[in-house]
Amino acid sequence: MSSIAFRRRAQLAVLLGPVSLFLAVFFLGPLSIMIVTSFLAPGLYGGVEWSWYPHNYGRILGFADPMFEDFDPVYIAIFLRSLRIAALTVVATLLVCYPAAFCISRLSERWKNFCLFLITLPFFASLIVRLFVWVLILRPTGLANDVLLNTGLVTQPLDLIYTEGAIILGMVYVFIPFMFMPVYASVEKLDWTLVRASLDLGAGPVRTFLRIILPLTAPGIAGGAVIVFIPALGNFIVPTILGGAKVMMLGNLIEQQFLAARNWPFGSALAMMVMSVMLVLLFVYVVVSGRRGLDAATGR
Amino acid sequence: MRDSIVRLEKAAKAFATPEGQTVTALDAIDLDVRRNEFLTLLGPSGCGKTTLLQAISGFVELDSGRILIDGEDMTERPPYRRPVNTVFQNYALFPHMTVGENTGYALEVAGVAKPERTKRVAEALAMIGLQGLESRKPRQLSGGQQQRVALARAIIARPKLLLLDEPLSALDKNLRQAMQIELKTLQNELGISFIFVTHDQQEALTMSDRVAVLSGGRIQQLDTPRAIYDQPKNSFVATFVGASNLFEGKAGSGQLVTEDGIAISHGRPGATGAATALIRPEQFFLAEAGSDAPSLDIDLEQIVFVGSTFELFGRTATGRRVIAEIPATRRNLVGEVEQSRHARLAYDPAAVHLIPAEAA
Repeated sequence: MSSIAFRRRAQLAVLLGPVSLFLAVFFLGPLSIMIVTSFLAPGLYGGVEWSWYPHNYGRILGFADPMFEDFDPVYIAIFLRSLRIAALTVVATLLVCYPAAFCISRLSERWKNFCLFLITLPFFASLIVRLFVWVLILRPTGLANDVLLNTGLVTQPLDLIYTEGAIILGMVYVFIPFMFMPVYASVEKLDWTLVRASLDLGAGPVRTFLRIILPLTAPGIAGGAVIVFIPALGNFIVPTILGGAKVMMLGNLIEQQFLAARNWPFGSALAMMVMSVMLVLLFVYVVVSGRRGLDAATGR
Repeated sequence: MRDSIVRLEKAAKAFATPEGQTVTALDAIDLDVRRNEFLTLLGPSGCGKTTLLQAISGFVELDSGRILIDGEDMTERPPYRRPVNTVFQNYALFPHMTVGENTGYALEVAGVAKPERTKRVAEALAMIGLQGLESRKPRQLSGGQQQRVALARAIIARPKLLLLDEPLSALDKNLRQAMQIELKTLQNELGISFIFVTHDQQEALTMSDRVAVLSGGRIQQLDTPRAIYDQPKNSFVATFVGASNLFEGKAGSGQLVTEDGIAISHGRPGATGAATALIRPEQFFLAEAGSDAPSLDIDLEQIVFVGSTFELFGRTATGRRVIAEIPATRRNLVGEVEQSRHARLAYDPAAVHLIPAEAA
């Protein structure tokens, strides 16, 4: 090895060493423990028993341990509900952020920076506190119902809180900045002369949007969708506070298994399931965007 | 007017600057572009030429006045409903589409069926010498090729008028000159009017049937390239188009006399009053001993060899700058001048153009 190549490698090792070490100890380590635990039997009083026990996954997927219970599709239902809520959160945040990104990208530099600051402002206050404000707004005697009752739009207080709608509202509220940033980055980069060219060639506003603007901002939309969908799927704070006991999501379920039911193997199995769903989605995203990246490089 | 493809009537547009001032981009412009004409809008940056182009394509809304294209009032029409296409300065090719998709975009939008579209795309690409490149992406093409695709894309739907916004400015010199000729040929073949915007006077003179010289939101002169060059209406046009030697003074009895006492002979015995005489650098020649042609004596400051000519930079005894262009075939005489640092620049009085003072 030449000395230059050796120095390059040494530099790389120094630069990547700390982060690799950190991930190995604090990510791969716990992950391995979780994988192993998910195949062990739960102990009677918590903890694990060291014996092969695939029924943790069975409880979720349809082959429950016949000694204790019949298969109950409730876990699949929670899975599907969580997927649905996460997907709706992605759609709703996108509907809010996409037009806003266009407006903000056309402002002057000063206003742009100010608006971006406003978007990050919520991070300065505790998430729990901010979510409890939503409880105050949505509860039967809360602000929203006060307004509705006083304007005569309704005669009975509506059930706003502890519904799926309340969870989605809370999720959208929490995840807007995560969607906004990647969407804004791609909208900001959009070359408006291309839009002009499209209009000039006879395409109306709708077609220009579908053929030019949307494809050119798609990478930002895809990026935003991924980084909203993944944490939304596993989120347990929002459903805990705004969903109450009525609407359970995966995050709550896993939390319960670890902290309340003390069934660590089942909790681990659930977490593994969530992770595999995410990995599949990420894989699809990487393949699709990778092909596009390759397209860009080879022009195929 | 049946002969007119585009007509602007008192077209006016002003912009507000961030500092709160207003800038007049178009000052009540009247313009008729003829059918099958290559018209160039020439002017320095900020003269309003791009605004004028965008007013025709529909991206700039006029404050007042009208625009008619082929007799139809287009003033209120959005860009996508005007029979006009544009070649943009930076080409503006769609990066996510192939060359074929880019070229056929106007047809796709107009609802032309795929087989017909494919055929016409192939024809358009062949016309500009890029046959067979349909499946490439724009980024795989050179600047010159991208330029051609932009051109093909703009002409494929046979607009009534093609607008070109400084399309050659990003190309290197040789390619630019080749494209100038090609554009002119293409325009003849297509039989549609081109409006070409440039700040390059050479480009304007090379290609155009007529040139409109713009400054301060007004058309200073609209004429054939030769008339613009030989008989500029005012000193702005004279200095902007080509190099020039201007002498302001009082005209009379076949001579114009400047304040510092320089006499310029001119071919118009009837001319009187304040005027500016224009002598182009190439109209000077080095007087041989004993010649009786009218002439100017200058002290030489610099000689620049540019290949086909020598450029002589000098000053008169009163300090006035003079530029002369001497053909390289006269290198013996130039050598003498270089030795003596003094030149007697002769000229033909008939070639001197007089600009009346009120126009200057």
